[in-house]
Amino acid sequence: MTARFPTTGICSCRSGCPGDVHLTHLSLMDFRSYPALDLLLAPGVTTFVGSNGQGKTNLLEAVGYLATLGSHRVASDAPLVRQGAASAAVRARIVRGDRAALVELEIIPGRANRARLNRVPLGRPRDLLGLLVMVLFAPEDLALVRGDPVERRRFLDDLLVARTPRLAGVLADYDRVLRQRSTLLRTAAAARRGGRTSDLRTLDVWDAQLARYGSELLAARGALVEALRPRVENAYSAVASSPAPTRSPASISAAGEVTLTRLEYHSTVLAGLPDQALIGRAHSASIPGEPIAGTPGGDRAALEEAMLAELARLRPKEIERGVTLVGPHRDELLLFINGRPARGYASHGESWSLALALKLASFELLRDDQREPVLLLDDVFAELDTHRRARLAELVMPAEQVLVTAAVDADVPVTLAGARFEVVDGRVDHVAG
Amino acid sequence: MYEGIVQDLIDELGRLPGIGPKSAQRIAFHLLSADPADVRRLAATLNEIKDKVRFCRLCFNVAQAELCRICSDQRRDPEQICVVEESKDVIAIERTREFRGRYHVLGGAINPIGGIGPDDLHIRELIARLADGTVTELILATDPNTEGEVTASYLARQIAPMGVKVTRLASGLPMGGDLEWADEVTLGRAFEGRRVVA
Ligand SMILES: [Zn+2]
Repeated sequence: MTARFPTTGICSCRSGCPGDVHLTHLSLMDFRSYPALDLLLAPGVTTFVGSNGQGKTNLLEAVGYLATLGSHRVASDAPLVRQGAASAAVRARIVRGDRAALVELEIIPGRANRARLNRVPLGRPRDLLGLLVMVLFAPEDLALVRGDPVERRRFLDDLLVARTPRLAGVLADYDRVLRQRSTLLRTAAAARRGGRTSDLRTLDVWDAQLARYGSELLAARGALVEALRPRVENAYSAVASSPAPTRSPASISAAGEVTLTRLEYHSTVLAGLPDQALIGRAHSASIPGEPIAGTPGGDRAALEEAMLAELARLRPKEIERGVTLVGPHRDELLLFINGRPARGYASHGESWSLALALKLASFELLRDDQREPVLLLDDVFAELDTHRRARLAELVMPAEQVLVTAAVDADVPVTLAGARFEVVDGRVDHVAG
Repeated sequence: MYEGIVQDLIDELGRLPGIGPKSAQRIAFHLLSADPADVRRLAATLNEIKDKVRFCRLCFNVAQAELCRICSDQRRDPEQICVVEESKDVIAIERTREFRGRYHVLGGAINPIGGIGPDDLHIRELIARLADGTVTELILATDPNTEGEVTASYLARQIAPMGVKVTRLASGLPMGGDLEWADEVTLGRAFEGRRVVA
């Protein structure tokens, strides 16, 4: 028998080693509308221009899938496979500094995907995480500000995995324990209502498992929110600040006005404590450098204890309702602009500025981690006014590689010149650059 | 739908684990066109396993007599019991030659989604085996996944008050996995490096 996992470092350039990352080759087989496609890519900006439905977003979706093992457009894999085909394949050559890795992923709906690295099969596709890191900007980003809490939790968790791929395992374990524990509670609640005896003998051990993974996730989210906070504030100012009047007369911010954004992490785990602010203390740009007391990052044991205590406190309620009420899956990342919750109060323009700021802050954070993300800008310029377009274009320029899609050339700021492809009916033709 | 007995065969095959409707149909038609001697041999084997193979009265491992091969082997150390989920895990551990004690096969793991609680596993029988004080160490070798971990901690909590040393296989086994698929060297090491949990 062979070991399930490669025992040697599969790619020593995965962490720590400096060097910008870019894709030099992308090939698709039976992915979405593409029976077969081979693309050569270069560092810098590459723009794919084509009308809707011609297949340009599919290209970015494929790159995103390699980075995150999921699509930003659909929850299941079935739509990714071309009609009539049994599976889809995405292959890319990733260059980091002077090293290259060939990454291959076969997507088989309803079954586990198969991954290979430099032609060696990996035990789990999850082992690919971290080789390619991306930040995606898409029209869906507006939901980060305006959507339900689940959107912001997913944003945090995706970023956690991009920074620390190991956490994909913690997330999967947490999710599994949560589903088992919630089923136990639901079954017991149904039994009680039906007049039968409910069996909750295993609830204590499920609590222990939930707190074990939950506290790890919570500590990681707390540290992430702390790291994001100053970066989001800066990025928001950079996107929303008053531009030169000639460039954007319609800008939302009047010259001289100070706009403050604030991130707060509200945890159900700490709801029972007098000082809820153990995590993600309220913090605004007006008091830079204030030390943050009780940042949860290091103290996982204390969080685990707090979570067990809160689970015990809410147990009667959980049993009565048959749901798990405590844990990172019920937590909230709250966003504020000028002291008011962005969700509900922010204008369309402000919401976009904040959504872009979250993504730009992710980009900066990953760069500071030496993760060197590739940027994917999917049809996002069309959503923005001239001012925000120009700001976004400026702010993404430092990236090693930027892949852009747009319906028409005019949507993309001229500053983002580079290679250009036209996408028509699943054909991708290099036309410039 | 096919006529009577053919459809019955497809339905029966479709009830087996890991066999969907399409595979069931394929196997059914393979059997229909196969050599009659081959099919009769398969049928005979199926009958035989139900008649001759049963579960060990003590440890619930598959057995051909009242006691399994391991429980009836006097050379095996009666002071150690290794707790596993399935009989196939016994085979995986036997391959490592690290363990000379006896086994207890739970018949699964705690799994609320699958509708499996403590009473659906051979836990009561395990506790009964510990009553006479012969057993000094209980090694929890449930799968290194969520359900296996929960089953192990549940057992550790139940058994701790009985004064038996409870150990768990060392980490290093691929998490999220199946004991059955762990390679011999890794599983052997996990045995050697087991830690006391209660
Ligand atoms: Zn036996």
